[in-house]
Amino acid sequence: MLHFIIILALAAAFAAIPAFFPWLAFVFTLVLAKGFAALGVAILLRAGLISIGHALFYAVGAYTVGFLSSRAGVNLLIPQLVAAAVVSGLFGLVIGLFMVRYRGIFFAMLNLAVSMVGYTLLSKLYTLTGGTDGLSIATPRVLGMTVGREAFEAILLYGGLGLAFVVGIVVHRYLKSPMGEALPAVESNEIRLEYLGIAVPRVLLFAYVGSAVLAGIGGAIHALIVGHITPDLAYWTTSGQLVLVAVLGGIGGVAGPFIGATFLESVRAAAVIYAPDAWNIIIGAGLLVVIFFLPRGLHGLIERITRKGERP
Amino acid sequence: MDFLLPMLVDGLAASALIFFIAVGLTLVFSVLRVLNVAHGSFYAVGAYVAVTIGGVVMSAGAPQWLSFPILFLSAALTAALLGPVIERTFIRFTYGKPEAVQILVTFALFLIFEDLQKLVFGVQAYYQDAAVNVLGISDIGGIIYLNYQLLLIALAAAVVVALRVMLHHTRLGKMIVAVVADPEVSATLGIDTRRVYMAAFTIGVFLAALGGALASPNSGVAPGLGAEAIVLGFAVAAIGGLGQIEGAALAAVIVGIARVLAIYYVPQLEPVAPYLVMLAVLLVRPYGLFGAATQRKI
Repeated sequence: MLHFIIILALAAAFAAIPAFFPWLAFVFTLVLAKGFAALGVAILLRAGLISIGHALFYAVGAYTVGFLSSRAGVNLLIPQLVAAAVVSGLFGLVIGLFMVRYRGIFFAMLNLAVSMVGYTLLSKLYTLTGGTDGLSIATPRVLGMTVGREAFEAILLYGGLGLAFVVGIVVHRYLKSPMGEALPAVESNEIRLEYLGIAVPRVLLFAYVGSAVLAGIGGAIHALIVGHITPDLAYWTTSGQLVLVAVLGGIGGVAGPFIGATFLESVRAAAVIYAPDAWNIIIGAGLLVVIFFLPRGLHGLIERITRKGERP
Repeated sequence: MDFLLPMLVDGLAASALIFFIAVGLTLVFSVLRVLNVAHGSFYAVGAYVAVTIGGVVMSAGAPQWLSFPILFLSAALTAALLGPVIERTFIRFTYGKPEAVQILVTFALFLIFEDLQKLVFGVQAYYQDAAVNVLGISDIGGIIYLNYQLLLIALAAAVVVALRVMLHHTRLGKMIVAVVADPEVSATLGIDTRRVYMAAFTIGVFLAALGGALASPNSGVAPGLGAEAIVLGFAVAAIGGLGQIEGAALAAVIVGIARVLAIYYVPQLEPVAPYLVMLAVLLVRPYGLFGAATQRKI
C-alpha cells in the first residue's frame, strides 16, 4: 500500500511540475515516451534478456505516425497511436519468432544487428521514409477537434500520463500473472520451467511482442511531441539510452523505467547546456555506476523504504 | 564475369579487416568468457592512432615506406596503453557475472569510447594513404589490383597461422589453452590466471587495433567506425562459432563472397549481406558453423 502511495505521489508531482515550469512540459512528454519504451526493455530484462536494439521498435512506432501524417494524410491522434502500437507489435512478432531462440549475448547482438539493418533501411528508402532528412509530423486532430499546438502538447502530456497509468496497471497485472512470473524463472532456470510444462518460447514471444508494442507507443509519442523524425531514432545510441533508463530506473516494478526516464531526461536537459558533446559519456558512466553500486536501480530505493525488514 | 575476380579481391580484403576484429573478439571470449561489446572501439582507436602518428611522421618528411611499420607500431601502442588498463579497471569485475551484467558494462565502455574519440579527434574524417601508394599496383591478366589489398588478405592468413603457432607451441599460448579448458585447475598448477587474462585481452585489443590501423590508409577514419566494426565483427565471429579462430577465418571468407555476390546481383542489399548470412547460419546452426552446443544447466 505504502508502495502505491509513493508512486501516486510521484505521479502527482510529475503532473504538477509542468504547470509551474511550462518549458518542462516538452521534457516530461519525452520522459513518458522514453518511459514506455524502457518499460518494454525492462520486461525483457526480467527474463535476463538484454535487447540493445529496441530503438528499432521505437523508430517503427515513430515512423508509423510519420508515414500516416505526411504520406497517407491520416491526421488523427487516436488512430495514429493505435496504428503505431499495432505495426510495432507486428514487427515484434516477426522478429520475435526468430529472437526467442537465443539467450544472452546472441540475443543482445542479434537485436543490435537487426536494428542496424533497420537503421540502414530507414536511411536508404528515401521515397518511403524521407532518408536522413526524416519526416515532419503535423499536429493531428484529437477526437475530431482541431486543437492548437499548445493545447495539443498539454493533451499529449496529460493524456500520455493517463495512458502510462493504465498501461502500468496492465503491465503490473501481466508481471504478476503466470506468464509474467515465468520471466524471472527463464533467467534462473529455464529447463526446470520446461519440466513444469511451460512453453518457454511462447512466454518469451509474448513478452517480446509486448515490449515491441510499448516501444512503439513510446516512439509514436516521441514523433508527435517533437514533430520531426529521423533514422537516428533507430540508431544503437537510442537503444543504449533505453537500456540505461530501464536499468537506472530498476526492473523491480513498472514505475521504475518512468522514474529512470525522468531522471535521465532531466540530466539531458542540463547536459545539452553544459556538456553537449559528452552525452554518451554521461550515459555510459551512468550505466557503470548503476550496475556496480545500485543494482536494483532507483526503484530499488522505493523498495528499500517500503519493504524494510522484509528482505535481508 | 570478368568483374568477379577483382570484386572478390575487394570483398576479401574488406573481410580481412573484419576478421582482425572477429578473431580478437573470439579469442577474448574464449579466454575471459566475456563478450566485449567495446571491442569495436579498439578498432576505431587503432585507426585514429595510426592516422595521427602517420600524419605527424609523414609531414616531418620521413620516407614513404615508413608509413607501413607505423601501422603496426600504432596498433601495438594502442594495445599496450589500453589493453591492461581496461581489463584491470572494468572487465575483471565482470568475470563470472551474469551475461546481462557483462553486456551492460562493456556496452557502457563502448558508449564512453565513442564520445572520447569525438572529443579527442574531432568529428572530421582523416585520410593518410601513404601506405597504399607506396605499395603501388600490380597488373595480373590485364586487371589492375591494389597491392595493399592483396597484402591485407595475406596478413589475415598470416594471423591465423601465427595464432595457431602461438597457442600450441609457445609457453604463453599453452597457458592460455589451459586456462580456457579449466581456469581453476590451471591456477592450482601455478598458472597466474590474472596475467593470462590480461595477456589474452591485450592480444585481442592489438588485433582489433591492427585491423583499424590497416583499414585507415584505404578508407580513412570517421566517427561511427566502432559501432559498425563490433556488429560486423560479431556477425563474423558468430557465423564461425564463438571461440573458433579458424571458424572466424572461414566465416570472414563467406561474408566476403556474400558481399561480392550481393553487389553483383542486388547492390541495394550489400550493407545488410553479412547480417543475412548470419541470420541464415544461426537459423540452421544456433552456435555457428564450428561452435559446439553448450550443455544446459539444470
